[in-house]
Amino acid sequence: MLSLPLLIWQLAFFLFPLLFLVALSFWTVRNFQMQPDLDFGNWERILTRRAFWDAYLLTALLATASAVLTSLIAFPAAYAISFKVSDRVKQWLIFVLIIPFFTSYLVRVYSLQVFLSDAGIINAFLGFFGLGPILMLNTLFGTLVGLVTLCLPLVVLLQTFSLNFVDRDLVEAAHNLRCGRLRTVLMVIVPSARVGLVIAALFAFILSFGDFVSPLYLGGGNPPTLSIMITDITKSGQQWPRAAVVALMMITTLLTVAFLAIQFAYKERGK
Amino acid sequence: MTGNRNIVIEALLRLHVLACLIFIFAPILGSFVFSLNSDRFPSLPLGHFSLEWYRLIWEDPFVWSGFFNTVIVGLCVAVIATLLGFGGAYTDYRYKFVGKNVYLALALLPPTIPVVIMGLAMLAFLSRINLSGSTISVIIAHGVMCSPFAMAIIRLRLSQMDPDLEAASWNLGGNEWATLRHVIVPFARPAIFAALFITMAVSFDEFAVAWFVSGLNETLPVKILGFLQGQVSPGSTPSARLPSSARSR
Repeated sequence: MLSLPLLIWQLAFFLFPLLFLVALSFWTVRNFQMQPDLDFGNWERILTRRAFWDAYLLTALLATASAVLTSLIAFPAAYAISFKVSDRVKQWLIFVLIIPFFTSYLVRVYSLQVFLSDAGIINAFLGFFGLGPILMLNTLFGTLVGLVTLCLPLVVLLQTFSLNFVDRDLVEAAHNLRCGRLRTVLMVIVPSARVGLVIAALFAFILSFGDFVSPLYLGGGNPPTLSIMITDITKSGQQWPRAAVVALMMITTLLTVAFLAIQFAYKERGK
Repeated sequence: MTGNRNIVIEALLRLHVLACLIFIFAPILGSFVFSLNSDRFPSLPLGHFSLEWYRLIWEDPFVWSGFFNTVIVGLCVAVIATLLGFGGAYTDYRYKFVGKNVYLALALLPPTIPVVIMGLAMLAFLSRINLSGSTISVIIAHGVMCSPFAMAIIRLRLSQMDPDLEAASWNLGGNEWATLRHVIVPFARPAIFAALFITMAVSFDEFAVAWFVSGLNETLPVKILGFLQGQVSPGSTPSARLPSSARSR
């Protein structure tokens, strides 16, 4: 059977490690050794800590901001690509938007550091016009720039594909019925492409929620996000059970958000 | 397309697309420019043209070992992920069975799990079965993460196949394996090659999970992560930047 290798591989090396994470979160650490246990101490320690909830809030906020911002920036572009350009230009643009997936995100972030730093490209450019250096690196703004860079190509592509499926006759009909331009976009195009738009935003949320590179190297890592917390805890020794608790909280959040988003996407139109 | 065009709005939309492209590609082009620039921390005005950084990288044994690790991992992952992905794609194309949704979810979900969590789960699990800190652990982890891409690409190709082809082959006396070998694999060949390349590219670029599980056998992106962390000249004291995985039991 051809189906079995994939099934076995994903059971053994994907599902099982994730389930193992659940077990791990109940283990205890004694003398720098992890011991199998059924102990709620890790959960208690993490969930009663202020720092964890601060990080949780920050991460959720950043991911939401990134999803909303990326969707808003991407939509006019996707709209233009889907509706306003010739087929050849469309194909060419889609091809160009795939290129970033083959470039290293790390290198891009490093490059962004050079753009955003105090003595960096953007501030030097502003300096020509006598505008003082603006602090961008190691701020939330820096983090957001990185996250949008990460998500934008994917979101534009997903939005473009969903807009391609919008029935052109509907748009024509709206125009014939004297529906205004903006109103057509908001009342006809956006609702018909809702599933794709929501899924695109969901992907942006998931990517931003789990990313630790932008918050660390563009946001300065302080205060930490949840993913920075996980890498810190894992790096600094044998407290993996606590890192597992943080990871499980992240997964729970992501599953909830994904579930709600998909519910919303497929909800019956109207009421 | 539609009746009432407005030149101003269309121009603005085009400008917006251009702005998005600039935003996306400025860092990519920037990194090329900076790599040819003499300054360590580039700023305006740029320093002079220099290939010094390329020479440093070229002469750095750590970079080379990382490069070889990356290539080995990438090649193995491409083959494994494509084989797994082909099996998955064919299963989805050919069979209907109870629990197929679960099968598909299991097959396609890995890319949606944050890499940090994948990394931690892999590290904890693989160190438990004494497989962490080796090249094999990176291959296993990347196999999980890349096979969905291979599966999606091959599945897309299979959906373009005439379903009668398979039936015709059976009518002509081909058994299931013969049909697979002489009809389906040749038809899917372009997608199989695409899958090989894409999975290799994904593996080449993946740094987070590799960072968690690779230990001393760092791949190139993991080394880049180290450079980024240390902001030091490539090659100096890489051991200081290793995650705990190197020390794992």
